[in-house]
Amino acid sequence: MRLDCPPNVKIIRLPCTGRIDTIHLLRAFEGGIDGLYVAGCLEGECHFLTGNLQAKRRVEYVKGVLKALGINPERLQMYNLSAAMGSRFVEIAREMTERIWQLGPSPVRTGKGREV
Amino acid sequence: MVVAEQKPLEEILEMIKAYDQLIVAGCKGCVAVCAAGGEKEVRFLASAIRTARKMEGREVEIKEVTLERQCDPEYVEQLRAFVGEYQAILSIACGVGVQYLAEHYREIPALPGVNTTFVGGAEKQGLWTERCQCCGNCVLHLTGGICPITRCSKSLLNGPCGGSSGGKCEIDPEVPCGWQLIIDRLKELGEFERRYLEILPPKDWSTSRDGGPRKVVREDLMK
Amino acid sequence: MKSSSRLERVLTAGYFAVTSECGPPRGADPEAIRRKGELLRGVVDAVNVTDCQTAVVRMSSLSSCLLLKEMGFEPILQMVTRDRNRIAIQSDILGAAALGINNILCLTGDHQRAGDHPQAKNVFDLDSIQLIAAVKAMRDEGKFLNGEELTVPPKLFIGAAANPFADPFEIRVLRLAKKVAAGADFIQTQCIYNLERFRDWMKQVVDMGLHEKVFILAGVTPLKSVGMARYMKNMVPGMDVPDELIARLKGVPKEKQPEEGVKIAIETVEQLKEIEGVSGVHIMAIEWEEKVREIAEGAGLLPRPEV
Repeated sequence: MRLDCPPNVKIIRLPCTGRIDTIHLLRAFEGGIDGLYVAGCLEGECHFLTGNLQAKRRVEYVKGVLKALGINPERLQMYNLSAAMGSRFVEIAREMTERIWQLGPSPVRTGKGREV
Repeated sequence: MVVAEQKPLEEILEMIKAYDQLIVAGCKGCVAVCAAGGEKEVRFLASAIRTARKMEGREVEIKEVTLERQCDPEYVEQLRAFVGEYQAILSIACGVGVQYLAEHYREIPALPGVNTTFVGGAEKQGLWTERCQCCGNCVLHLTGGICPITRCSKSLLNGPCGGSSGGKCEIDPEVPCGWQLIIDRLKELGEFERRYLEILPPKDWSTSRDGGPRKVVREDLMK
Repeated sequence: MKSSSRLERVLTAGYFAVTSECGPPRGADPEAIRRKGELLRGVVDAVNVTDCQTAVVRMSSLSSCLLLKEMGFEPILQMVTRDRNRIAIQSDILGAAALGINNILCLTGDHQRAGDHPQAKNVFDLDSIQLIAAVKAMRDEGKFLNGEELTVPPKLFIGAAANPFADPFEIRVLRLAKKVAAGADFIQTQCIYNLERFRDWMKQVVDMGLHEKVFILAGVTPLKSVGMARYMKNMVPGMDVPDELIARLKGVPKEKQPEEGVKIAIETVEQLKEIEGVSGVHIMAIEWEEKVREIAEGAGLLPRPEV
């Protein structure tokens, strides 16, 4: 499609978002990541039936943990799209990038205490 | 099994705020089964603590360890080699584990990272409910296998009370009336006529927590 | 006679008995009880005093009973098993009898979750049926629950509650039978709006011969408004308020609804008088105690007999 994808988004590929466990998400934030989003299949169209629903619940759980720690839960998001939706993919990347720019660097990196 | 639930993160962080070197000790027993204190939970909690400390610009050294069980002295001993290097143990085993650690390692505090809630089982993945109050004198044979002490909010032996409505308990519309369950079960077993009209006498609570801390002894197993 | 209770005398003599109830205050104020009592003078054969009803802290039933006794009333001590163990229960039973309180209503009690101190530990050492049996053993055998003899037996007329409308419906008569077997002398029922269903229940009671073993006082509560009727119907478990009753109240302008509610109560009492096995009526008018006289009078129950 030759659309411009923001260069700050690092993509990690998985066979299914159901493969993600809560520890993967938390560890990323412990490591100082500014933002993270999980992109899974459209609900009802998971290649492995319900993996994306499981991912959604785990994302919600970790958002709660982030909030308890004082990290803005907006830094973690779940999106759903199909493999064919190229422009949506870029749109999400831009939206997330914009959001994180607004939020600034993760408080885990700055060491300046709670942001929420 | 013993069912527990992790304490709120804020409470845990407050509890450990004075310590820079701590052990986070999990257990592969009950708490692993109910996803409160197993190896996965140790890793997750340790990560959360390190993240919180980074945000404060503070260091923390965490030793992650998961014992087979924390309710047997032989397993609890396994921390002996390195416990002296740490300032506190945050145990995410049940209350028994925390106490065993406290008894074994007298120089450093053992802190509870979970709230031990009840003795129960899984109804489905992600849902654990209470089944037993450890009254020490089981009467399940009289009530069709449904515990009146635990499933009835008032622990009635001659229930139901007047608050039973639509098969639900007066305390919460989600909670089934224990005595409705018992009656239905006795009917299924064909024991209703025989059991229901019998007046069960007052319970001997001395075998329960009310009688004081309890013990079970098996001399044939002792050395 | 099992006790010196006026209520027992009235019922045994075959009169249609009238009881009502007083809720104690949320403070150390004896006048609150005396005021409520005064409204019932000459209207009732005996009056219940509730025991921290709905698990809300109020002045104790025992002390309020004594205040009413001093005014010349026949009090009925309501006792719940939620807050006291068998030691305190037997102790209070002896105390009540020693103070000249002749009646006790044995209840389990509402769970404290709904009350004003939900963090309290609950007791429930005994249930209501075991409590009835305990009082009976103390009175008729002169024995404590552990089998030891007490010195002077408490002569109490033993009551229990029954709810003809609660679930599970099919065991409600069996539950009454259990209470009678345990030793209940009289029963007060939950307030009745659905007379059809109550008649059904009474028929089963009579079929089992229970009406000959225990005196049954049917509960009546006047409705103040259509709002109250709806609330009772939808929010109070074990309460059956027929739609016709709600329609009847709705059809009357708001200022006239209390009067209509009293009228309905009077009609209910008159119908209850005719049902076989019903020995009296228990009029509960919470925070509307002044209407008890009007209802009793309207149903031809005054003056109360000399016994």
